Amino acid sequence: MPWLSYQKALNRALGDELARDPAVFVLGEDVRVAVSNVTAGLFKRFGPDRVLDTPLSEQAFTSFATGAALSGRRPVIEFQIPALLYLAFEQIVNQAHKFSLMTGGQARVPVTYLVPGSGSKTGWAGQHSDHPYALFAHAGVKTAVPATPEDAYGLLTSAIRDDDPVVVFAPAAALGKRVDVDHEGLGPVPLGVGRVHREGQDVTVVAIGHLVHDALAVAEELADEVSVEVFDPRTVYPFDWDGLAASVARTGRLVVVDDSNRMCGLAAEVVATAAERFDLVSPPVRVTRPDGAVVPFALALDHAVQPDRAQLAAAITKVLKQ
Amino acid sequence: MALLTAVAHAPGSDVGLYRTVRLIRRFEERAVELVRSGDIVGGIHPYTGQEAIAAGVCAALRVDDVITSTHRGHGHVLAKGADPGRTLAELAGRATGLNRGRGGSMHAADFALGILGANAIVGANGAIAAGAAWAARQEGGDRVAVSFFGDGAVNQGVLLEALNLAALWRLPVLFVCENNGYATTLTVSDAVAGTITGRGAAFGIPSATVDGMDPRAVLDAAREAVDRARAGGGPSLVECLTYRFDAHHTWEHKARVRYRADDEVRSGRERDPVTIQGDRLSDEDRERVDAEVEYTVDAAVAFALGSPHPDPVGALDHLYATGMRARPGGGG
Repeated sequence: MPWLSYQKALNRALGDELARDPAVFVLGEDVRVAVSNVTAGLFKRFGPDRVLDTPLSEQAFTSFATGAALSGRRPVIEFQIPALLYLAFEQIVNQAHKFSLMTGGQARVPVTYLVPGSGSKTGWAGQHSDHPYALFAHAGVKTAVPATPEDAYGLLTSAIRDDDPVVVFAPAAALGKRVDVDHEGLGPVPLGVGRVHREGQDVTVVAIGHLVHDALAVAEELADEVSVEVFDPRTVYPFDWDGLAASVARTGRLVVVDDSNRMCGLAAEVVATAAERFDLVSPPVRVTRPDGAVVPFALALDHAVQPDRAQLAAAITKVLKQ
Repeated sequence: MALLTAVAHAPGSDVGLYRTVRLIRRFEERAVELVRSGDIVGGIHPYTGQEAIAAGVCAALRVDDVITSTHRGHGHVLAKGADPGRTLAELAGRATGLNRGRGGSMHAADFALGILGANAIVGANGAIAAGAAWAARQEGGDRVAVSFFGDGAVNQGVLLEALNLAALWRLPVLFVCENNGYATTLTVSDAVAGTITGRGAAFGIPSATVDGMDPRAVLDAAREAVDRARAGGGPSLVECLTYRFDAHHTWEHKARVRYRADDEVRSGRERDPVTIQGDRLSDEDRERVDAEVEYTVDAAVAFALGSPHPDPVGALDHLYATGMRARPGGGG
């Protein structure tokens, strides 16, 4: 079977949806020449009415997409830099997200906000290295963080077909992942359904995005000592609470590895919900970025604020001892 | 019956324009009463004094054209054809309101009539209108989009970005600036460097200033801009000089914020769009329209106040277009 990279999976999902539905179009900065590679070949294939290069006007083109969506289109906006979402937070959270409720159900805003290269890209410093998926989960905007090429394809496809706004974070650290897949077998992955990448009996590790791969590596390293189940929610909002509950019911222990800042991050919500709903045999542990982290430039400093495998291994050991 | 007489007049006729400005005026006056009585909570931003703009612009539009409106949006919504009873029911937070009581004064919308909603964030709607205009052009046909905004919005970056996009892509958008002299309490001279039409001109957008108290002057300018947009000539900006007769928001009725001299308010109210347009009608026609409007507004008030309140069980109905349900709050 052919190899599919994560980046190519995003590209393939965009191409397939553009071909399938004439209402779909892609807009963003430098999408015509595909600076990020995610839109490679699409301009040539679909033309200027379906692949729009925008000026550097994130706020206007984000609400431009809302206006087009209110009129029946299905825009996909590519944001080159995760922090651009801060600039367009009003347009996504306060406009696009609120139209359905505020209009009493008259409006739907099927916009996809795609961030290829979220989180640290190692060496891109303070304003290019954030991973703000928890902010959108907090606001109630549907948010996916695919870990693998097939889920990148499937979740982006579902996001484009969804009638609500959806943010898709494609972690920089996952973009190079490749998988041997049958292209015919690729298909939509429903929003809100998690995936158990590795079954285990002793502890459930909830891992998000690129950290799924770290969690799988740690599980393998520790395989002689502990049986680790790796649960990937795939969408952080809606979150597959039932899927997690089933996993924790099997293991009784919980570790969360999350590329959010610790304060009010996604791991905080998972641990809080676990405390309310689940019967844990030991207190859960979070592995996250520090509170309020600003990613420093120098590589050693950048790495120092990212959740890492050693921290995860220590966390697993800790919940097992208690 | 009085109702039947005005219906026969086109919105852009003198009788039609008068009917619209009179309807908005009486609707707003009754809405202010309902704020005072507590039937409308949260207050409103009254449109009184600015009626000529909504009436003139919307008379230049077809039902399939779209508008985006502002926090001071009742006039636009009514002029585009929304049912006064359902509009007032929305202001009063009733289940029968345009938005089922989920939007209120600042978000009134009727998508079936191309009313993509009032919007509570100043300057936010220009880019939405630009996107709607682009989508309309993609579909073929010659539909246009209108973005209404106030003088305060011309200092919002997103609106300036939207002007650039609209000009760059020659989108069929009409940007209508209602310059009532004040961004809440801040005067235009204290807020705007350069000019409002200068902002349009900087992007190569045909930009004109008109008398925003005269419905016919607004209609003429709007028709020219709409014709240009339909013909593929791109966006226009029309600055309508106007004066807000009432408070920025009804909280001022209690708060007594002082920022306009009594003399200024008195002289500002001397040129009244309802009077200006009414003087163009025979006494007989005017009285007929007045009676019809009273009937309509009375019926709207009766409908709104007689309508049920929405069931709190469904407070977050429509949060997601797909029907997805959110986890409950409380202790659940």
